[in-house]
Amino acid sequence: MSAITIFGAIDQGLIFAILALGLFITFRILDLPDLTVDGSFVTGLAVSGMMCLQGHPFLGLFLSLLAGFIAGSVTGLLHTKLKINAILSGILTMTALYSINFRLMGLKPSIILYNKTTVFTFIDKNLMVNNFNLSKGLVICVIIIILIFLLNSFLKTRLGLALRATGDNESMMTANSVNTDFMKILAFALCNSLVSLSGAIYIQYNQQSSYTVGTGMLVLSIASIIIGEAIFSRKTIFINLISVVLGAVVYRIFIAFAFQLGLAANDLKIFSAFIVIIAISLSKMKLSVCKNFSPKVSMRKILLLRKSTKGKGVNYD
Amino acid sequence: MIDIKNLNIVFNEGSFHEKQALKNINLHIEDGDFITLIGSNGAGKSTLLNAISGHTYINSGEIHAAGRNITCMKEYKRYKFIGRLFQDPFQGTAPSLTIIENLSLAYSRGKRLSLVPAASKSDREFYVSVLSKLNMGLEDRLDTPVKLLSGGQRQALTLIMATMLKPKLLLLDEHTAALDPKTSVHIMKLTEDIIRKDRITTIMITHNLADAMKYGNKTLVMNNGEIICTLNQEEKESMTMSDLMKLYGNIGAQISDVNILG
Repeated sequence: MSAITIFGAIDQGLIFAILALGLFITFRILDLPDLTVDGSFVTGLAVSGMMCLQGHPFLGLFLSLLAGFIAGSVTGLLHTKLKINAILSGILTMTALYSINFRLMGLKPSIILYNKTTVFTFIDKNLMVNNFNLSKGLVICVIIIILIFLLNSFLKTRLGLALRATGDNESMMTANSVNTDFMKILAFALCNSLVSLSGAIYIQYNQQSSYTVGTGMLVLSIASIIIGEAIFSRKTIFINLISVVLGAVVYRIFIAFAFQLGLAANDLKIFSAFIVIIAISLSKMKLSVCKNFSPKVSMRKILLLRKSTKGKGVNYD
Repeated sequence: MIDIKNLNIVFNEGSFHEKQALKNINLHIEDGDFITLIGSNGAGKSTLLNAISGHTYINSGEIHAAGRNITCMKEYKRYKFIGRLFQDPFQGTAPSLTIIENLSLAYSRGKRLSLVPAASKSDREFYVSVLSKLNMGLEDRLDTPVKLLSGGQRQALTLIMATMLKPKLLLLDEHTAALDPKTSVHIMKLTEDIIRKDRITTIMITHNLADAMKYGNKTLVMNNGEIICTLNQEEKESMTMSDLMKLYGNIGAQISDVNILG
């Protein structure tokens, strides 16, 4: 596999890492897989793309955050105030967003930004390694580092702690006089504004996209989260966030390999679905023949064994 | 402190499974009262506490607490001045958060949830001093996730969390019933110490008749959605265990009469 393919995969992985960070809030902290993301990714993409066409790439990123926030709040309101099941609320908002996104894109099925100003245009273009421009990836890295820092600090504030506890034990939060409905709406809104931002960066990076690209975004981000967790054990929030980012990048490299081995672009979705199925079941399954054998634990043991033979002297107990 | 007027709660109204859980309850609780509430399963004890905390829908009646009408107040708002412990020790804490994180959540009860870091250094010292009163060694394990604690430790932690900010009213729903006898006695003693020291108005449900007699200044006996008997301090002191068993026995007789006639 050529260096260009790998660098390209890493860049794409970093863009989807923002998406996965967003979903981490609902999927891991609240334990609700939020299907709105399939729609709000395209919402962000559309808003950012249209703003670029008007010549305002930075405003595009900001407005996409806002649009995602609104989309997430709608799902949250449907779930908490109108008492609709969480997954169904997500599906409803996602379906509604199909129409809205199409309108946002000016009733055209795709946006093309060639020769338009994007946030990446402002960046020095002379950082070439093996004929690949690393500067775009570095910009996304900086954005991710800022996001991880903000999320990590937020989740340790009183508000962030209340959010985590709401996912953990809702009745306990009520008993501590916290409005859990508000917490859930906030989580959905934060999640979708990050997802939307990810879509906004996606279009500015790739400079073209169709409005069908959002399908499968939930599965993609769950795959990233789970692969990340397989690499790291879940300890602190900070490590969790890092592992989500790495998971997204690893997943993307994985896909790039699969393409090299001859995976047709059309089969990408079924491939992603398989990865999620295998990753989730491996991490939960305990083979009945031998009760102590769990693939996840064994995998981690093998990883740790390797580390200890390297003589790093870290005590993992 | 609390005034309950003509409180009625009907479950599954209009259906075949209709059940009147509370029948025209009138109850007045003074400031500083420690009330023990006994009665067989299905008597309406928990429903009464749920009504006060706002967890269940009320068909008719009014509830006043701390000088205002709270009948229509949302549940989470009532918990600004109510502390509550449940029978299930796992219900009162967030398992994947650490002890100190749980404590800081309880400490911010009723305050605005701001973007302030949850636990500062000085807070830490305060939490250590609070936990050391428990004598359970929890003060050395502030950064341990709560899911690693035993049921008794978790219930003790919940007790601290519920009473840390001196609630006006404490609701205890058989909070020692799921614990082993020794821990149960320990938690009960801690509970009484805290209630005495801070003079917290308390309602405690228990199935342990000895506890019901030993603790509190009043005992209410419930049956079939009604308060059938109120014992004050003197009556409690003059009452023997066998008298109380007789009272329970009468309930049994009543129930079977109703069943036969009904």
